[in-house]
Formats: sequence, structure tokens, C-alpha cells
Amino acid sequence: MLKFAPRTSTATRVSTPPPSGGAPVVLENLTRQFAATRALDGFSLAIEPGEFVALLGPSGCGKTTALRVLAGFERPDVGRVIVDGAEISDVPAQRRDMGMVFQSYSLFPNMTARDNVAFGLRLRHQRGAQRRSRAAELLELVGLADHVAKYPHQLSGGQQQRVALARALAIEPRVLLLDERLSALDAKVRAELRDQIREVQQRLAITTVFVTHDQEEALSMADRVCVMSRGRAEQIATPSTLYSRPATPFVAEFVGVSSRVNVARTGDSVELFGRDVKIRGDDFRLDLAVMDALLRPEDVDVEAAADGLGVVTHRSFLGATTRLEIGIGGEAVKADVASSDADGFELGTRVRLSVNARDVLVTEQRPVR
Amino acid sequence: MASLELEYSLAPTEPMEPFSTGRPTKRRIRGGRGLVLVIAALYFIIPFYAAMQFSLQDIQGHFSLQPLSQILTAPGFVSALWLSTQLAVATMMITLVLMVPTVIYVHLRMPRFRRVMEVVTMLPIVIPPIVLIVGVLQASPLWLKNSQYLLALAYVVLAMPFVYRSLDAGLGALDLKTLVEASRSLGSGWFSTILRVLVPNLRSALLSASVLTLALVFGEFTMASLDNWTTLPVWIALAPTNNPRINTLVAMIFLLATCLLLMGLVSLDRSKSRHSRRS
Ligand SMILES: Nc1ncnc2c1ncn2[C@@H]1O[C@H](COP(=O)(O)OP(=O)(O)O)[C@@H](O)[C@H]1O
Ligand SMILES: [Mg+2]
Repeated sequence: MLKFAPRTSTATRVSTPPPSGGAPVVLENLTRQFAATRALDGFSLAIEPGEFVALLGPSGCGKTTALRVLAGFERPDVGRVIVDGAEISDVPAQRRDMGMVFQSYSLFPNMTARDNVAFGLRLRHQRGAQRRSRAAELLELVGLADHVAKYPHQLSGGQQQRVALARALAIEPRVLLLDERLSALDAKVRAELRDQIREVQQRLAITTVFVTHDQEEALSMADRVCVMSRGRAEQIATPSTLYSRPATPFVAEFVGVSSRVNVARTGDSVELFGRDVKIRGDDFRLDLAVMDALLRPEDVDVEAAADGLGVVTHRSFLGATTRLEIGIGGEAVKADVASSDADGFELGTRVRLSVNARDVLVTEQRPVR
Repeated sequence: MASLELEYSLAPTEPMEPFSTGRPTKRRIRGGRGLVLVIAALYFIIPFYAAMQFSLQDIQGHFSLQPLSQILTAPGFVSALWLSTQLAVATMMITLVLMVPTVIYVHLRMPRFRRVMEVVTMLPIVIPPIVLIVGVLQASPLWLKNSQYLLALAYVVLAMPFVYRSLDAGLGALDLKTLVEASRSLGSGWFSTILRVLVPNLRSALLSASVLTLALVFGEFTMASLDNWTTLPVWIALAPTNNPRINTLVAMIFLLATCLLLMGLVSLDRSKSRHSRRS
């Protein structure tokens, strides 16, 4: 169930330019083949200095591979990595100055939290006292001031992640890379950590790439989200654009909830629930007579009517809104109504539907399975 | 001589099992198993006891600690001990320097090759030492043939089966790929990654590999005698002392010391893994 509501704060956040502390990053036409799978297939992405970009996509779409190419653990077969204007495709990982937080627990088991954080500083020849106090500072930044002397096995999962974050930040990296850090944690810890990462990232104005398959996480944290599918970037946009103006059917279906409705086309519009609605944009020059329209639940208005063609088949309470599933002409359409009005829509209620958006996204029909 | 076989029989079983996970040991020893344990213990203890009783006697056949005091002054003992010590240190160093990076490399880059490695590293056990040393002596250049360290090189080969196994188990317990990558992303090259991250986390594996190598070098007879070096085991078997009790006593002391080292090692690892990482 989606609990995402388009953020109102996104617009204001994007309009203020990101503080320029980090380095700009360009990934250019990256391709990486593993035996039979092409993990990256002409993947390109340009990131502004200090920007927080999320790579979002289903499992196996190449997110981790993209991150590992950027970190220097994986060589692309084709393509270039450019950081701060310089191509670094041939620079080994240990000289890239990128702080990485890994997909699995990665703390050094033989070192305390403080020694873990100080590890990168030791390699940079910082004095003992200086690096210990710097490590303590960073642990305080991630809220672990009381745990500096603990070993990884004495820390909870969430605490270990935070130590790993502090360790990555300690080297003052040019780019911070985070891979699916939060998915293993319980909801509350996850939300806390999410806020903390975002806050630290903004305070330090560090260019950050964050990998996740969780759209809620991507949309709530990132300045921009890059939706990936099969090794390619489908759309790179701010969370609100991504949600309200998905560029491709894949994005429309992957981000947020959409219902597919089979429609007939006439000119530049389609017929939906007995009314003509314009086809969105000109991205889809589909020359088809029959296609599917993709509808957001909030774009569908519901009205109880004895002569309505739809029947409420399912309801779920989401807090402020209640989501109805309506069976209509063999299709299932999701629609949101205010929970205060939900009483009028018991299961089995006959309803009339209409579209309240000015245009709709269309795609070819889903192949029959 | 006897100690050689003993070490081999210890090698494949002892280092493997305790290092891997630290799963809880089963406390309950059922009657049947207890009996087996007693029989096994007797099997080792009776000959040991007999040998000790034989060696700790004076001329009249009464119990005496006097033979102990004669060990150090026995002709050739000190130089044999010194030679074996040198060989042990050299063997350990060469083995670790060769094997640690190799096993790490295999784990990281050629995980499917681990099976092959397992078989290859078993070969020294299958091939009789006498065949090995004759081959080595035939093949080696003269300058090396005259050096005691030829023996160390041969021992490196002999030590491979259990050194490989204990490193393999130690590395298997780590999330090697992630640790290496974490270390590299923080700016550490290969050398310092191995030294600062991997070696400290492989402590018990390295320790057990070292102890087993030590036991091997202090127990190996065939190769040393064919290469004409009076190492400690050769001395024990052949030394022209006028008192055979001393030779037996030395053998028993080293057997005991080896056993204690191994037991210490196992218990050290047990106590460590009891409050060890979950991951
Ligand atoms: N080292 C590898 N060897 C073989 N296949 C790999 C390797 N790394 C990734 N892949 C494959 O590449 C695809 C993309 O993987 P990955 O980048 O990890 O996806 P994601 O992080 O988006 O889940 C997957 O099909 C995966 O199985
Ligand atoms: Mg991944």
C-alpha cells in the first residue's frame, strides 16, 4: 500500500540552489555486461554539486552496479565517469575519495566504532589525538556519542549503519554513496535514519547518490530521483515531477499507484468513463486505436449513483483518505476519497466515475498473460 | 617418529571445526559417546604414561626427575633444538607470506577455484614424504641443496593442507568482499587492507596455522633425515646418547607441549566465539 503523498516542501527545497560543497558527477553512457545479464545499458546521469540523487528501480535493474562503477569497484565495458570535471574511469577505488555505505554490514569487526570511523583518517596520516577527536565528533553527529568504544557486534543494526555513515563522512569524501542502507531496518529506525542522513547531507552539502528500491524513501529524501529499469535511466526528475508527470509508463506504474484502463482513441484524446480526455504530451506517438490509460487514484472522482456502471469491490483505510477499488467493465480502477466521505461507499455500492485530470498518460495495452 | 603421524591425524580435524562458526557445542554426552571418549583417551594416555614412566627413571629403575636435568647437556640436543626452531620460524614466515594473499585472492576473485585448491592442497598428505624429498633433492640447485632452508621450503609444502584449511575457514567466516571494498573506499591499498583489516580478523586462523606448522616442523623425521640435517626429531630417533630415556623424554615433552598449544588454541577460540559477532 502506498502511503506517499506528494510533498509540498519539495518545491521550495528545489528552488533554493544546493550549497556548492560537493563535486559534480557525470556518468556517461555506462554499459556493463555480466555473462548473460546487462546490468547497465547506456546509463547516463549528471549530478549537480551538493545534490542528493536517488537511484530508484526494481531489484536487479542495475542500481548497485551503477554505484559500484562510480565507486571504482566495477569497471564499465563502455562509458565514462567524470567527477569534478576530470575523468576517473582509470582511477582505482582507493584513490577516488568517495565515502561508501554498503548494502551489507561492512564495519571492521575487530575495531571499535571510533576506530572504524578513524580508519580513513589514519590512512590520511592524521595524528592519533586529532583523529580520535574527529571520530568522536562524527559519531556525535550521527547520534552515537555514547557508543564510541563499542565493537560492531555490540551495536544494533541501525547503530552499525550510522557508524558506517560516520566512517564514510570522516574522509570528507567528494561524493557520498549509499546503497540500500535502510531496507533491513524496522520502520521507526528507518525513518529516523532517513531524516538524519538527509540532515547531515544538507549540512555538509555533499554530493550524494542513494540507491533504493523503496519509492517512498527515494521521493521523500532526494532532490532528484533517477528511475531505472533494465540498466537504463527512465526518467530523472524532482520527486513531484516524477509523480505528477511521469515520462514513461514504466515510471507511472513504478512510482505511486496507477490503474490501467483499456480505452479507445479518437484523435488526440481517449474516451474514459463516457467522456473524452486529452492524451498527455506528445511523448507517446502511439499509432494505436486501442490502448491503456494510466490513472492515479486521486485523479478519479467517485460519485454514488444507482445507475452507475461501477461497483465498489474493495476498500482500504489509509488515514486521511480511503482507497476504493471499483470494478467497471471488467477493469479494476483505484480511486481515493476523503475518509470522512467513505461511509457512502460500502462494498457493493454502485458508483459513477469521472476523470478530474486535464490529461492522461496512455500506453500500449498490457500483453495478455 | 610417532609424533609425525600424530600431527597429521590432528591436522584435518582440529583446525577446521572450531573456527568456522562457533555454533553451540552439545553439552550432553550420552552414555555411548562417553564410553567412546574414554576409550579414545586411554588410547592416547596409556602409551604416553608408559613412555613417561620409562623415561623418568634412574639407573636402578626408580622414579626420578634426574633425566630432566640431563636433557640440556645431552650431546647435540641444543643445536638440534636451535635448527628446528630456525626451520619452524622460516617455514611459518614463508607459508604465511605465500598463503595469506593466495587464499584471499582465491576467495575474492576465483571463488569457484576453491574446490580445486582444496584438492591440490591435499596432495602433500597423499604423496609420501620420502617421495617428495627425493624429488626435491633431485631437482634443487646445489646452493639450495646445501642449505638447511631447502628443508623449510619442503615443510612449506607439507604445511599447506592445514594452513590452507584454517585460512579458508577463517576467511569463510568473514564478509570478505565487503570488508575489502570498505577498506579500499576509505583509501587503503591492497597491502594495508590485508595488514590492517584482514590479518586482525584472521587472528585465530593465523594462530592455528602457525601452531600446526610448528608442530609439523618439530615432528617431521623422514625428510630431515634424508636431507642429512639433525633436527630435533632426527636427534630424538638417532642421537648417540648413552641414555635412551632422554630421547624418549624429549619426545614426550614436545608431544605434551604441542597438545597443550592445540588445546589452548581451541579453548581460546571457543571463548572468543562465545561472545562473537552476529552479522
Ligand atoms: N558480479 C556480478 N556477476 C554477475 N551478475 C551480476 C553481478 N553483479 C550484478 N549482477 C547482475 O546484474 C543485474 C543488476 O544487479 P544490481 O546492480 O545489483 O541490481 P540492483 O542493485 O538494482 O538490485 C542483476 O541481474 C544481477 O544479477
Ligand atoms: Mg542492489
